[in-house]
Amino acid sequence: MSPAARAHHRAAWLAAGLLALAALLLATGAGVGSTGLQSIWRALDDATARQIVLDIRLPRTLGAWLAGALLGLAGAVAQGLFRNPLADPFLLGSASGASLGVALALVLFGVSPLAASWLSALGLTGAAFLGAMAAVLLTLALARGVQHTLRLLLAGVIVGVVLGALGSLVTLLVPETLPAMQAFMLGSTGFVGWPACGLMAGALTLCLALAWALSPVLDGLTLGEATARSLGLPLAPLRLALVGVMALATGAAVAQTGLIAFVGLASPHLVRSVVKTTHGRLMLLSALTGGTLLLAADILARAWIAPQELPVGVLTAVLGGGYLLWLMHRGRGQRGAP
Amino acid sequence: MTVPALQAIGVSASLGGVEVLHGVNLALPAARWTCIVGPNGAGKSTLLKVLAGLLPHTGAVRLLGQPLLALAGRQRARQLAWLGQNEGSAEDLSAYDVAMLGRLPHQAWLAAPGAVDHAAVEQALRVTQAWEWRCRPLSQLSGGERQRVLLARALAVQAQVLLMDEPLANLDPPHQADWLRLVREQVAAGQTVVSVLHEISLALQADEMVILAQGRVAWQGACADIATHRALEQVFDQRIGIYPLAGQWVALPK
Repeated sequence: MSPAARAHHRAAWLAAGLLALAALLLATGAGVGSTGLQSIWRALDDATARQIVLDIRLPRTLGAWLAGALLGLAGAVAQGLFRNPLADPFLLGSASGASLGVALALVLFGVSPLAASWLSALGLTGAAFLGAMAAVLLTLALARGVQHTLRLLLAGVIVGVVLGALGSLVTLLVPETLPAMQAFMLGSTGFVGWPACGLMAGALTLCLALAWALSPVLDGLTLGEATARSLGLPLAPLRLALVGVMALATGAAVAQTGLIAFVGLASPHLVRSVVKTTHGRLMLLSALTGGTLLLAADILARAWIAPQELPVGVLTAVLGGGYLLWLMHRGRGQRGAP
Repeated sequence: MTVPALQAIGVSASLGGVEVLHGVNLALPAARWTCIVGPNGAGKSTLLKVLAGLLPHTGAVRLLGQPLLALAGRQRARQLAWLGQNEGSAEDLSAYDVAMLGRLPHQAWLAAPGAVDHAAVEQALRVTQAWEWRCRPLSQLSGGERQRVLLARALAVQAQVLLMDEPLANLDPPHQADWLRLVREQVAAGQTVVSVLHEISLALQADEMVILAQGRVAWQGACADIATHRALEQVFDQRIGIYPLAGQWVALPK
């Protein structure tokens, strides 16, 4: 067996394992909720129970997987693009942009997401998405393009800080929006319905296809910028396209589920600790890992103190932070500083 | 006279706003090994980058008779391979995957590597004696082993012109000798090799020598030519001497 085939084999097994785990969790997710497992049994003859399972639990569970997959993919793209293992999907300011968008929308609409009707929910996610996109565009403009990754990184940090401060200011000025803002900042899958799943599935398909097509440039960049260019890769347009993939994936996830920490950062590391492979496979596996991670965290968040639930973002932050800490100490000495 | 592999006509280039190369004129013969040497800061690496089309410059560079900047990226990449120094580390890619990157200029976008690509990669990894650890990620290899994988990556391009910046860094003496033999074989097969080397004794093993000083070409001539040796001694302030030893030329400090 050729060496490439052997690595591919391992990657394929990991992918299959992650998919199986996700399917298992998907089934579990349908059974977890305030009315418990019995809703599943009663779903056959009880309309209310059926509605709970089909219209609340299933889309929410699937939505958690999709949002996690989008974040996992965006994290892998970010780490490859910036050649930095600490890069995460929110690096280009999209998180702060999305929160500012939501803050402004809350003030303008004067609604709270708990009482949100369909229209206002769509308005909020739309505002978050637009905010995220606007922040990335602002970052690109400040960095004057994508040629200089360090400049891009710094511009992203600046945009993140400034927009974050503006968002806080808006919330402070209109205190009624505070609880809704807090819910958004902590991240939750509670408001994900079927239309949101459709949107995220579409974004995920598009982003995965683009990322796969653009993966040779990320592999080339691991050899350094000069070598990548010597291989005839047109770096500027390809980098811009990758930034686009990252922004779209992050924006789609953030708009539907709020700011969910650490999934994007931890997923690529998790994959790399199992299999070392080219970026095409890494991004695919990272998406599968992110989906599984967020879905597992979401189920845990719903089941732990049921019928109450924890904000899933808090759980991913604690679990992801702990995992990275463990990885750091385990890896000390055997990994060269990148 | 045949077309030179690389030609620079009045080439100037700047690094960080400071002009490093001042109107360099140069013609590097095809199917020969040329070494670029000179004191620190003479502009050796800058010149090599300009010749590879990796640095903005004024003046003209011609690759195999064609204006370099007019060539499409992939077309240039198939004719000219580049091996830089201290660039990326490709920690997570296996040696095989890294060498396969050298085939990018030959592959259609999204196409899987074909039999020709696999054959080229295997050959490149075998001649650099890196085939044994083809499955290992670069993060698990020593500096010298990595350098051999990176060399294999450059060879896998199978370009007519191969540019290398300090290719002997991290190689122990036996592998330096292997590298010399490899370069001679490539040149015998018709490839043009241009390398920047700071080790003068090794550079004297080349066919041709270009001596840079303060961003200008101070001398160009055959490595076996006594006049080249005198020019070398002069550029290094008479602090080195070139002597014959066992049928070769060696540079010793004075």
